[in-house]
Amino acid sequence: MRRLIFHPCGNYNESYEQELTIFETDFGRAFLWIGLFFVFIVFPLLLKVIFPDSNPYLFYILNMTGIAAIAVLGLNLLMGFTGQISLGHAAFFGVGAYSAAILATRVHFPFWISVPCAGVITALVGMIFGIPSGRLKHLYLTIATLAGQFIIEYVLIHWESLTQGTMGIILPTATIFGIKLSSDASFYIVIYLCLTIMTWMAVNIVRTRYGRAFIAIRDNDRAAEGMGIPLFGYKLLSFAISSFYAGIAGGLWAYYMISITPEPFNLFLSIEYIAMVIIGGLGNVAGSIYGAAFITLLVEALRWITEIMMNIGTLEGVAITIAPLREFFFGLAIVLFILFEPKGLAEVWRIVRSSFRLWPFSY
Amino acid sequence: MEFFFQILITGIAIGFLYALSALGFVMIFKSSSVLNFAHGELLGIGAFIFLLLSTWARLPIPIAFLVTLMGTFALGFVIERLFLRPLIGEALIEVIMLTVGLAAMFRGLMLFIWGGNLYTYPEFLPKGLSFTLGGITIPPVYSAAIIIGLLFLLLFGLFFKYSSQGIYMRSVADNQPAALSLGVHVRRVFALSWAIAALVAGMSGIVLGIINGINVHELSAIGLKVFPVVILGGLDSIGGAIIGGIIIGLVETFVSGYISPSIADIVSYILLVFILMVKPYGLFGLVEIERV
Repeated sequence: MRRLIFHPCGNYNESYEQELTIFETDFGRAFLWIGLFFVFIVFPLLLKVIFPDSNPYLFYILNMTGIAAIAVLGLNLLMGFTGQISLGHAAFFGVGAYSAAILATRVHFPFWISVPCAGVITALVGMIFGIPSGRLKHLYLTIATLAGQFIIEYVLIHWESLTQGTMGIILPTATIFGIKLSSDASFYIVIYLCLTIMTWMAVNIVRTRYGRAFIAIRDNDRAAEGMGIPLFGYKLLSFAISSFYAGIAGGLWAYYMISITPEPFNLFLSIEYIAMVIIGGLGNVAGSIYGAAFITLLVEALRWITEIMMNIGTLEGVAITIAPLREFFFGLAIVLFILFEPKGLAEVWRIVRSSFRLWPFSY
Repeated sequence: MEFFFQILITGIAIGFLYALSALGFVMIFKSSSVLNFAHGELLGIGAFIFLLLSTWARLPIPIAFLVTLMGTFALGFVIERLFLRPLIGEALIEVIMLTVGLAAMFRGLMLFIWGGNLYTYPEFLPKGLSFTLGGITIPPVYSAAIIIGLLFLLLFGLFFKYSSQGIYMRSVADNQPAALSLGVHVRRVFALSWAIAALVAGMSGIVLGIINGINVHELSAIGLKVFPVVILGGLDSIGGAIIGGIIIGLVETFVSGYISPSIADIVSYILLVFILMVKPYGLFGLVEIERV
């Protein structure tokens, strides 16, 4: 058996393989298993035991976080690793939701086929909207993806023979291996299983030649082309992967919500996703999950505060007037993060961790 | 035929409105290459300050107008000092997200104070501004939009061409380190360009408010309409912004008049994608030459 690594006091890598390892220490690997054990077994049981009456709501928040995290992982691969800013991620999320819904209602695909199919369809749509990236860069590409957002939104509303317009589509209950996923808790397991698989994929994509090509394109696209990376192909691939993630997230969301309409997939949601990427940490896979959790919890906390004030009779008037302030605080969180911790929560976590590791001799 | 001319005139007038809203946006981009997503909210702030001064404080219209312009000018300074200056030299995406965050903050504040209702200004434009052209009457607001648009185009053209601050701004836009080494106060240029941009945005907001009434959501939607306009013209060209505005205005009104009003909202974005595919830096934009 090889020696376990616990506390290296420096960087002793001798080969490229060592540089590529995901876990620097065996603590990390152990913590991963402990974390998964908590997420899938301890946490759901704990929620059921401690909050027997309000657990659907808590599971709802967790599920929303998980779905957002899947979508944000994709966006982070596109923005943080390939350096292409996309303002149309919510539209791709919507394409995924609608593909899953249409496959489920028209073709009667079961849950476990229609969600991956939704991912593939969204990846194809994403490639179409990634075509401008062959010629456009930076700000111009950002605005082209903004155009994509508006065009997809329009199609979702006005292609009524397929999407039923503003009426929306009602999905059948998701079943997997004969088990009906009717409660929030059962969806929790499915969503977090997907999130685990998608995170594992993202971590490994980044380590392969494709991921390294993405990073080269981000750092200097002309130099990357000079080193023999075909820019257009890799940019399209990046758009496809990122849209695949959005499609999977959208498909899960559609089944979870049961009925879908085109309204939620607007520019504001795209901006929310970008905010999650930035607050979590640009170019950091784990950061995507932190960011998704932070923003979802922030939005829910703001909603909770206004609801509590609504219920206290005398403060109802106050609650109605301060409701728009939710948007204010959302903006404030983005601004403060960019001004004071532009590398996001992942960097905060790294600082906290390293100060523990260096204790008591931290500087 | 009369329908055609009516649409033509409306399209040009709306185009001037778009161009006017785009001017402030181009100002900021030209000097500091910041893509300002809070532009629609700056329009809204100008419009609401004017509303406050003219209906609630009951100031005479010209004084209210001047005070609004001064207020938005100061606001531009404050925004630059507090939020943009710490980010000089940071990555593009962070600056973009900062303006997105600012947009959310301003929109939240405006909704908090004024709510999502539609407000209108008291009638104050002189009736003499409306004139008939070949049997078609142009309402005074549209001619006011065209006159103000032309006036500001001229003013900005002269400002950039002859005034020392304008020349500083062009030099900073062209090459920041070179401008610095020649003694241009780059930070002051940034501050000034934000202040002027906020002023122009405030004024455009007032004109938009006179025509459509003031509503937070509509004004921030116009802030996004600015993107096709400036891209068509090239992000850093003021003349291009005017032409882009007129093209977008004409296309939108013609599509909504002859094809369908619902598709008019996105036709400008479709046009935008096609133009970008052919000319990646817009019609009049500066082509960037990159070296590795």
